[in-house]
Amino acid sequence: MALTVLETNLTAYRRVWRGSVLSSFVLPILFVVGFGIVVGNIVDAGGRLGTPYLDYIVPGMLASSIVNIAFGESAWPIMSKFKWIRLYHGWVAAPLRIADIVGGELLFLLVRVLSTATVFLLVTSAFGAVHSWWAPAAVLVCGLLGLAVAAPVLAFAANVQQDGYFPLLMRFVVIPMTLFAEVFFPISRLSEPLRWLAYVSPLWHAVVLCRACTLPGFGLPWWSVLGHLAYLAAWAGTGFWLALVAYRRRLVS
Amino acid sequence: MAVVTSFGPGVYGRLDAQARRSGAVTRRNIAALRSAYWLVLISGFFEPLLYLFSIGVGVGGLIDKLPLPDGRLVSYPVFVAPAMLASSAMSGALSESTFNFFGKMKEMRLYDGVLATPVRPMEVAFGELMWAMARGSLYSAAFLVIMVLMGLTSAGWALLTFPAALLIGFSFGALGMALSTFMRSWQDFDIMGTMQFALFLFSATFAPLSKYPLFARVLIEATPLYHGVELTRGLATGSLHWMLLAHVAYLLAMVAVGIYIAGRRMGRLLLK
Repeated sequence: MALTVLETNLTAYRRVWRGSVLSSFVLPILFVVGFGIVVGNIVDAGGRLGTPYLDYIVPGMLASSIVNIAFGESAWPIMSKFKWIRLYHGWVAAPLRIADIVGGELLFLLVRVLSTATVFLLVTSAFGAVHSWWAPAAVLVCGLLGLAVAAPVLAFAANVQQDGYFPLLMRFVVIPMTLFAEVFFPISRLSEPLRWLAYVSPLWHAVVLCRACTLPGFGLPWWSVLGHLAYLAAWAGTGFWLALVAYRRRLVS
Repeated sequence: MAVVTSFGPGVYGRLDAQARRSGAVTRRNIAALRSAYWLVLISGFFEPLLYLFSIGVGVGGLIDKLPLPDGRLVSYPVFVAPAMLASSAMSGALSESTFNFFGKMKEMRLYDGVLATPVRPMEVAFGELMWAMARGSLYSAAFLVIMVLMGLTSAGWALLTFPAALLIGFSFGALGMALSTFMRSWQDFDIMGTMQFALFLFSATFAPLSKYPLFARVLIEATPLYHGVELTRGLATGSLHWMLLAHVAYLLAMVAVGIYIAGRRMGRLLLK
């Protein structure tokens, strides 16, 4: 039944995909060019990073653009289905189970995330920024990251009544996470308390994993890989459970 | 809060009445603030600050000193901070004059009511612009205070940079309003957002213009944010040169063209 929800979302997506190509794809590529190449030019001149800056930020940009998609798809569109177009009220009457609805939304997100990550990696390898045959594994990491971010945001969107909270979540959580989770610079440069903020965020774990997938110099031991994956899975699992509770409270009562 | 001035009849009297009617549009926005929206307003201040810490300080640690147009070498945070100021002035003004303005015009149908009063389209344009400026000036002032506290500029130069940030906000506010009158639906804002992001990245914001290839340099020099960035950077770092006047002239021209187009187009869209 979750598949019917996926199908509905895909049908709707066919009408708006052009706009999302800009935001989920052109923007990160612009960032890679603007930062990786132009700023990379002056970073590499300093030589303090030990690896070309473009190569360094590509896996980071990959993971952070996944966070943006996961957030964007789980915030306004979900609130709209609760509040503005009230699609969910019809679905519950259909009857779909709550788990089908939440599962279907996450399946759709997974399709969006996996396709974006694949295209992103293909394009950046054309820039010569991908150096390992493990790169396809980064797509799977992105899938897990997408769920780890989207599931809690689904729960949040089901709980709040006003869309005014989303820009706040964006500014106070998503953007700081992007800026300080080892996307742009090694967090060994941060002071200890700030570094813990990065450790808590799901993004940091995904960035470290993605970087290990595209750059041989940043490989990780197997227990560390398992730890990062488990942390991301914990976010996804907890988020899924919270989303089930929130959806049930809002739709079945 | 009414503007109590009176010059009687004649040209001054007319200008006075126009100012009063524009002021009414601005005051409507202040009155409408009494919702949770003010939190969103405050949050707009943190964004450039976070970028300053992440890119300026974090990435800056990987970067050697950079040259200013007058040849002095400065550290990366000193180089980037004025650019963050300029681009936050741009994005503050644009979000107010495009997203919110379009919403008021097309979704809320606010101006249909406003134009049934003696307020004219040009006065609506001015009034909304004043509001965008008020919002932008608060952000700019707060950010300049942070720059002074972090030792990225001196208090004196910060005072001189403030009007430059206002001018940037004013010019992008005017441009944004003119653009909004051409927007067909919310989908068009994706395109605008992408353009805005490209300006943010490439307007000599994060690297000196000399680091770009020649064709990109010519393109960048034609775009508006570049002139804003160079203006604030010149003032905040105290490296004055004649080109600053050219940047000011570019931004002033943007204000004039933007307001003219916005006023005309709004007249056509709303007074049918």
